[in-house]
Amino acid sequence: MEFSDHIKTANVEDVVLRQPLHPPSRGTLCITGHHLLFSDREEGSSRQILLLLRNIDAIEKRTPGSSGTITIKCKDLRVLQLDIPGMEQCLNIAHSIETLSCLDNVSEMYPFFYRPNDLSLREQWGLSTPEKHYTQIKELHKKWRLSSVNKTYSVCPSYPPVVIVPNSIDDETLKKVAKFRQGGRFPVLCYYHRKNGMVIMRSSQPLTGANKKRCKEDELLLQVVIEDSDKGFIIDTRSSQQVQQARMTGGGFESKSCYSRWKRLHKQMERGKALQESLIKLVEACGDESHNVDRWLSKLENSKWLSHVQTALSAAGLLVECVERDGHSALVHGYEGTDCTLLICTLAQLIMDPTCRTLEGFLALLDREWLQAGHPFQQRCAHSAYSHARLQQESPIFLLLLDCVWQLWRQFPLALGFSEALLLRLANEVYASDYGTFLCNNDQERCALEVKDRTHCLFQALLRLPERDYYSNPLYEPNELAIWPSVHPQSLQLWRGFFLRWTQQARHLEAVQEEIRSMVIEWHRVTQR
Amino acid sequence: MEHIRLPKVENVRLLDRVSPRRSRVGTLYLTATHSIFVESEAGGRSETWVLHSLVCSVDKQAASASGCPLLIRCKNFQILHFSIPREQDCQDVHLSLQRLSQPQRYEELYCFSYKPNVDEEERRRDWAFVDLKADFSRMGLPNAQWKLSPVNQQYKVSDTYPAELFVPDSAAPPVLVGSSKFRSRGRFPALSYYSKENHLNAIANRAAGKGYENEDNYSNIKFQFMGIENIHVMRNSQQKMLEVCELRSPSMSDFLEGLESSGWLKHIKAVLDTGVFIAKAVAEGISVLVHCSDGWDRTAQVCSVACVLLDPYYRTLKGLMVLIEKDWVSFGHKFTQRCNHLAGDPKEVSPIVDQFLECVWQLMEQFPCAFEYNENLLITVHSHIYSCQFGNFIGNNQRERRELRVHEKTHSLWSYLWTNRAEFINPLYRQNHSQSQGLLRPSTAPYCFKFWRGLYNRFDRGMHPRQSVEDYLRVIREETQQLEEQLDSHKQKIAELKQEQGWSDAHRAAAFDQSSTARALGKNLALANTPQDYTGSLLASTPGAADGPLVLAPQDPDQTADPNLSNGSDPESGIADVSCRSPLSEDSARDPDPDPDSDEAAYSAA
Repeated sequence: MEFSDHIKTANVEDVVLRQPLHPPSRGTLCITGHHLLFSDREEGSSRQILLLLRNIDAIEKRTPGSSGTITIKCKDLRVLQLDIPGMEQCLNIAHSIETLSCLDNVSEMYPFFYRPNDLSLREQWGLSTPEKHYTQIKELHKKWRLSSVNKTYSVCPSYPPVVIVPNSIDDETLKKVAKFRQGGRFPVLCYYHRKNGMVIMRSSQPLTGANKKRCKEDELLLQVVIEDSDKGFIIDTRSSQQVQQARMTGGGFESKSCYSRWKRLHKQMERGKALQESLIKLVEACGDESHNVDRWLSKLENSKWLSHVQTALSAAGLLVECVERDGHSALVHGYEGTDCTLLICTLAQLIMDPTCRTLEGFLALLDREWLQAGHPFQQRCAHSAYSHARLQQESPIFLLLLDCVWQLWRQFPLALGFSEALLLRLANEVYASDYGTFLCNNDQERCALEVKDRTHCLFQALLRLPERDYYSNPLYEPNELAIWPSVHPQSLQLWRGFFLRWTQQARHLEAVQEEIRSMVIEWHRVTQR
Repeated sequence: MEHIRLPKVENVRLLDRVSPRRSRVGTLYLTATHSIFVESEAGGRSETWVLHSLVCSVDKQAASASGCPLLIRCKNFQILHFSIPREQDCQDVHLSLQRLSQPQRYEELYCFSYKPNVDEEERRRDWAFVDLKADFSRMGLPNAQWKLSPVNQQYKVSDTYPAELFVPDSAAPPVLVGSSKFRSRGRFPALSYYSKENHLNAIANRAAGKGYENEDNYSNIKFQFMGIENIHVMRNSQQKMLEVCELRSPSMSDFLEGLESSGWLKHIKAVLDTGVFIAKAVAEGISVLVHCSDGWDRTAQVCSVACVLLDPYYRTLKGLMVLIEKDWVSFGHKFTQRCNHLAGDPKEVSPIVDQFLECVWQLMEQFPCAFEYNENLLITVHSHIYSCQFGNFIGNNQRERRELRVHEKTHSLWSYLWTNRAEFINPLYRQNHSQSQGLLRPSTAPYCFKFWRGLYNRFDRGMHPRQSVEDYLRVIREETQQLEEQLDSHKQKIAELKQEQGWSDAHRAAAFDQSSTARALGKNLALANTPQDYTGSLLASTPGAADGPLVLAPQDPDQTADPNLSNGSDPESGIADVSCRSPLSEDSARDPDPDPDSDEAAYSAA
């Protein structure tokens, strides 16, 4: 089916656009296969607004009398309103937006059509892979190896083709371990702590089931990881009640009797629907300025979003305590090992590892820990906070990560090499993008659709000038120490830059960042003269 | 001295509020003005000083095997939790402190014994530093419509008003006296702020009522009732909020629910809303008369908030001092009663001035480039309003201060702050920044109101950002300025040398000696590198599961083999910790404690 089949009215004149922080303007509205374009026709201005249809989360239409109004609610939390003359045109436009904003077919999405003049499709794609990571860490080579057991994605569909595993565990053993772990996600190395040689691994839950099934190979794999040490820690992102229940549906946990030197710590984290509903409630609360303060605080509390932030940061803190402070290796998992597991592994690396805190290091971390590691972006980010569509797999776990990173940035404003603007940009891109980076659910799917050959890479684009400057933190001072976040409620704040982005308040805060940047530029100019 | 029953107690433990297992052992001294805790551990001999006049309450709790707990809460929101080995000693310290912190007479207040190294002439000059007449003349007064009235020279018309008041030129003394008889405590309408920019003579006035004007009798006047609660509601609300701040390890929900039910931010919003209303009216050229029941609480709050919004001058360091002097000190905010300087009626105590300072802070959060002063100034002013170290906030009105001869016997806070202004300047402030211009138009949407951690949890160091953008910017701003000056002088030198034909050698010799400060910045702002309590909910959620989690035994970080691994060993000295840098010379700022939070996050043994 062609895009044009969905477009009955492509152009409407004399449309009034209302958007936050701007006076209403009159102009022409165009709908294309992927964009909504509004050109301002006011005298003396030539403003254009180009909105990816994919960015539209929900629309509401009203047609009182002969004209109509469409309210557009975007995934970046912007709310726009279009007053369209002519009821039929209004309905046509609304219909086009509704259909084209949620196309299911990935290869019809805009990144496959985005061809800017200054970019070539032959340029390098991505920043990090397990292979690259492995070659960078020489210390790993003695006890760890690269395995291509998954090169056809047959052992674990959501893993990349190459992963890092213990030297002494061969591919046949890995295949058996994969059968014992949900979705085939056998334990793989994600982080090596240079200071003490300890590692973080991640996986999915073991499939012990109600009969307490065992897997010798799985026990062996974990055993060899902590050969030289007295114990290791398993951080389970579920409560101890939840793991007992998981056994009834075929899942389970590493029991003390089978994994005697591994201590389990439970840190229950919300995910899935609960997290999506939390986001919806928070955005709803932020959208209503008529509340009084009591009602606002009550809604903020009721959304639980900040509680999720607090839990995620303290789970990551716990993991860092195990590895950095107490000097033990750790395995992290929950159920599938594609959501909370990745969240706390990523945060822990940011807290411990200075190389992850540069702009490039952070993007590489996201590449490894989210894209390569198989976070199902397409499912999780199909809709955001405004959608009326029935929720399926949506869950803003990546947004929660960005919020946690923002909290770290607030508490250690000199320690991260990237700016708040980067986090905001990523929060947009993950829902609607010109680039192919966040398409699909895992490497296998991206490979099948030739995403790396047919779309451009966001991370590479962010590292080019002038973007690179804009997304760097001008105050960055490299620091070797761990940056332990405070998780007191008083220390955690609403991420105003994101949740209140389209208010005057956020504009003032942006002005502050500009001011800081220009002060630092001035200082560099003077000191380098 | 007669109130000190016990000048010294040994083996006292000072408990950490967040993790009570961490404590310091030392000696507690009681002096005439301070309690001093000196840590006895070899090496880090840290001292914690607490001014008696800052002590808000002293509570002795039931003795246990480990000692007798004594809880000292301060007006600057510091909380000290001591454990004293012998109950009798605890009793003596308790009684002594109760008496010392509740002076009966003005003469006992610290400002009358505080003698910094300032000579008499300078001390007197310091009192003239903030001059209200100069502020009125800055507004263009007196002028054709407004004149200085001598009517209250002897405080006979209103004993709570200042001696010098601006009133309408057409209002003759009999009119003023008549008006004063109709107003509570004789507080007739007098000028508070005159908008020079606005030729319609927009004016914010103040006066006291008790009841309100009958609209029929006041032509051309529109009445607006703003719902700001009374002092009792405000006192209770702050009390509730402080209880939330004190919770040991609250969940996010505990905290937000507690904050909501305290109602505190609701009250802050009410004050700011009213300030915005007044400021908008004045900016539109409408004069405003503001009053509440007495005219020294809510009226002072909203007039001064309106002034901050209206006039960029009050967003400068000097301007804020003038504003507090004008709207609060001079117009008779009852500091002695509201701040409980002397043992008195607890029902008169109320955090009215706290709310004003908080409104300014809320505005600073919205407009970070609009204020010349920083959060630290507000916190410092707050501390000194309560500390009684300076004479500015002694007494309930000007007449009382004159009788106490405050200007002759004490020191002024304003010049002290001015001398130390480097600490109070906001490096982001630019006079010509768009945020700094004209009327501030803040949003008063509920989500704009934040909890002020910097004040209410000021002493809980672990809660604050571990690196300070402000300090960083201050350093680079100073260095930029220095270098530009250096460069100018080099240019000048080069020009001179060129004339002398020998400039190239000299140029090389004059290579910049710039970078030492800036390059060391990263190190100076090293991280406070301490893990937090990440395990609280973990333990709670897994009570004795059969095959459940094993909890690590507490670890002593000192026993960690590799020194690089013992995080928290990084001393906090040199860390930018705005919240703890107290200019109170005898405050806990002296406490050189390297790192009170280290090992805080040891897995607690079940």
